[in-house]
Amino acid sequence: MRVASMAGLMVAVMVLAACGQNQPENVEPQVDTAAANARARQDSIDAENRRRAEEEARQRAEAERLARENADRLGAVRTELTSPIHFEYDQASVRGDDQANLDRKAAILQANSGLTLRISGHADERGSDEYNLALGNRRAAAAKRYLVNKGIDAGRIEVVSFGEERPVAQGSDEEAYAQNRRGEFEVVAGGDNLVAPQ
Amino acid sequence: MPRAPFRRLSVALALAALAAPAVRPAALAAQDTTRTPDGVIIRGQYQPGSRPGLVVLAAPGTDSVRAIVQRDLDYSDRFEAVSTAERPSSGRLNYDLYKRLGAAYALELYPAVGGIAMKLHDVARGTVRGQQTVPLPPPTSPEYRMALHRLSDEVTRQATGQPGYAASRLLYLGTDGRIYRIDSDGHGNAPVTPAGARAFSPAWSPDGRRVAYTRFDGGRGAIVVQPLDGGAPATVPGTTTGLNFGAAFAPDGRTVAYSRASDDGTTHVFKANVADQCCVQRLTVGQFADNLTPTYSPDGQRIGFVSTRGGGPQLYVMAADGTDQEVLAPFDFGETGPSNAPDWSPDGRSVVFHRDVSRASQVFTFDVARQRVQQLTSGGRNTDPAWAPDSRHVVFVSDRSGRRQLWVIDLESGRVRQLATPGAVRLPAWSRRLGGN
Repeated sequence: MRVASMAGLMVAVMVLAACGQNQPENVEPQVDTAAANARARQDSIDAENRRRAEEEARQRAEAERLARENADRLGAVRTELTSPIHFEYDQASVRGDDQANLDRKAAILQANSGLTLRISGHADERGSDEYNLALGNRRAAAAKRYLVNKGIDAGRIEVVSFGEERPVAQGSDEEAYAQNRRGEFEVVAGGDNLVAPQ
Repeated sequence: MPRAPFRRLSVALALAALAAPAVRPAALAAQDTTRTPDGVIIRGQYQPGSRPGLVVLAAPGTDSVRAIVQRDLDYSDRFEAVSTAERPSSGRLNYDLYKRLGAAYALELYPAVGGIAMKLHDVARGTVRGQQTVPLPPPTSPEYRMALHRLSDEVTRQATGQPGYAASRLLYLGTDGRIYRIDSDGHGNAPVTPAGARAFSPAWSPDGRRVAYTRFDGGRGAIVVQPLDGGAPATVPGTTTGLNFGAAFAPDGRTVAYSRASDDGTTHVFKANVADQCCVQRLTVGQFADNLTPTYSPDGQRIGFVSTRGGGPQLYVMAADGTDQEVLAPFDFGETGPSNAPDWSPDGRSVVFHRDVSRASQVFTFDVARQRVQQLTSGGRNTDPAWAPDSRHVVFVSDRSGRRQLWVIDLESGRVRQLATPGAVRLPAWSRRLGGN
């Protein structure tokens, strides 16, 4: 506005000066005005571009944050699903302190209807090599039975046994033995895009 | 009652001391014959005179034969080896010299057409007790050593009435998951199953021509019967699902009994007809006990097995059709340690097994007629015993040397020898005497 009135004033002065002197028309004020207009237009375009870029960056960051949160949630779900349970010496019954673990697994299975699991039973190195195959089998089946009793269809869970063949801890002490007496849980199918139970 | 065996033993020792001293041969190569009395409980039934002296007289050119035969006779634990540098000339033996050296028998070995000839002399009587010519393939043949082992077993039979066990082989599971075979004297170690696959529970067919084992795969396993001459393996009926292990052939070679772990959590004993590839039969039932690792009596009428129906694993027996199930080796509930891995002796008299004693596994025998359990080992961890064909020697796995290895014990004398293998071993099985072929 000021520019326009400034330009108008200058035009007025120029016209008066030209009328008194019969000089050729001076075009400088028109060029200045056009340039000023162009500059103004450019500035607002730049501002618009900046604003848009900032908005996109903000949206991208938000999407990444959401994806990370989602992956953590999936990772947490998968971790809960595959965490092992443990057993007492020569026993195959589910321990009291593992029930919450299995309850959580049952909930995850309920929330993901395409999910199927394989449970493998393991034993420490004591006892006979062959007896431990039977013991591992009993352990895996006990874990499966617990989940079936929570309403999971039996056809969704396989039972296998490795006896003492796959220890996670080497050594002949009680600490190694306790780690090796375990049931492991492995996703067979339907493990992508796990939904966390509500 | 408990004192009599000790008195007999001391009398026996006294008599042995009075007898002409036996001269020990020079140390034999390749096998350790160290006695390890601290790991072994010797049964106090060592009879005097059951170890006659034997001198081996090998004709020139038969040294390799003599080495193998002499070692076989040593491992039979039925003779006191006597050595002499003198060789017989033109057929007449120096019986007086051998008598003075303490020999009851003299064994002549000399080359014969197409084989090797043996002549067993009764030194005291100065007569020939028996002779035989054994066909012998060339020394490069894979059957060379086994033919000589058969000769050694024949010598033992002619001298004592009981054949030796030299002509036999063992199977075992290596740490690489492959099953290996090895001759009774430690030679000829070779894989039986392919590399890259994990096997379990090897078992011999009675004729020694087939091997049954578990193909262990991802926590499940079928049992296959594989001919050793390279024919195609056949899956035992009923074992294509679940985890099947602990196979055992019936004495007629037509049936295989096995353990089957199914996904209801139970393990039960089954049997199947492998001659006709059919006819699976379940032998044990029940939700609350595991039943596993069957072993046939040599008459095929009964099956020993392990059951947890009494709490922990113990030895039971049933008729071969699954009826009449009862305790085999007595145990005190809550006191007796877990008992596993039974193997019925070829003469039907005993079942060998291992049982936890003070938290370590030891080898035991159960005398079926006398209903008596006897402990055989006491040092280290000793498991998975199996009978030699003579029902007098037992192989077992022991960690007494630092890693799991095969050891052979003679139940009569208590002598223990190591059967060296390239790597650590598990789950040995011992064939019957291998016939000629």
